[in-house]
Amino acid sequence: MSEYLLLLLSTALVNNVVLVKFLGLCSFMGVSKKMDGALGMGMATTFVLTLTTAGTWMLEHWLLMPLGIEYLRILAFIMTIAAVVQFTEMVIRKSSPALYQVLGIYLPLITTNCAVLGIALLNVQEKNSFMHSLLYGFGSAVGFTLVMLLFTGLRIRLSLAQVPPAFSGAPIGFVVAGLLSLAFMGFAGLASH
Amino acid sequence: MILPAIISLTVLGVVFGLLLGLAARYFKVEGNPLVAEIEQLLPGAQCGQCGFPGCTGAAQALAEGNAPITLCPPGGRAVVLALSAKLGIEADLAGVKDVTPMMAEVKEEICIGCTRCFKVCPTDAIMGAAQQIHSVFREACTACGKCEAVCPTESIKLQPIPTTLQSWHWHKPQEVTA
Repeated sequence: MSEYLLLLLSTALVNNVVLVKFLGLCSFMGVSKKMDGALGMGMATTFVLTLTTAGTWMLEHWLLMPLGIEYLRILAFIMTIAAVVQFTEMVIRKSSPALYQVLGIYLPLITTNCAVLGIALLNVQEKNSFMHSLLYGFGSAVGFTLVMLLFTGLRIRLSLAQVPPAFSGAPIGFVVAGLLSLAFMGFAGLASH
Repeated sequence: MILPAIISLTVLGVVFGLLLGLAARYFKVEGNPLVAEIEQLLPGAQCGQCGFPGCTGAAQALAEGNAPITLCPPGGRAVVLALSAKLGIEADLAGVKDVTPMMAEVKEEICIGCTRCFKVCPTDAIMGAAQQIHSVFREACTACGKCEAVCPTESIKLQPIPTTLQSWHWHKPQEVTA
């Protein structure tokens, strides 16, 4: 049990997918202007990532490895991810049209969110068991959501701050993201995985 | 080696497609059916001349009663009549012009070769030089009307494109019945 907790902590904080592994920066910068959007994006990514890690694990261990066609891994994984994202889109459209409007183009773009494919491939690379994979995906997604919310809060503050004209907008956003990343590097040593 | 790869990926694709198809049926969003019906009546050109983002937006506004039924310039009379029949609104056909495809044409008797139209043409559809009578390339003219505005002798005018053997087509059924 403590092993699983440690894994969650490690993926969410210590090896944070955005700020330490530098994956999924597109949506990190893109949807971090409003709290609603950021939270929705985090939830949607969590849903997608958890499902895809389970799906890709089964695919890898029950189809690709027995048949010896591991070279098709990226193709098969992308297909799984695309299908899951489509499914998520339908669910969100049905359950929350407002969120569907807020997420807009970024929802189908989860397909190309490199964090999703990255986590699936890292799972294979680290030869995780099914339960480990699932937690790895879920933990990473929780980390993603957490960082999204933190960064959105910072950007909302930033929009009220007096920023030199040359830095206003995206540049100061990147500077702040860098500082946030430095802060997260401080978690190294809390748990190692 | 190749065969299992082909088969497994195909099966994978079919399975995903099937699941998504089922999910699409299960999670179907019931929109206002009137919107879909109105959208069927509109031309579907997505031109945005009505001020709404595409024909879907216009259909939504029409269904909610926020837009006049004469909003669609490319649709002309036929669409107004169809909409009035569908929505039960009296059709006011004054001010609705049936737009036919137009192109600029030079009246050669009164063209003075001033090159003004030639300079404003955004698509370089007008051929000519100073003191030479200009003429229009039919394929390049977009009927923007800029040349008509600058011509000092009113020799260049937008005219309906003459029907040729290549451009002739059957009338649309709506126009015949309307």
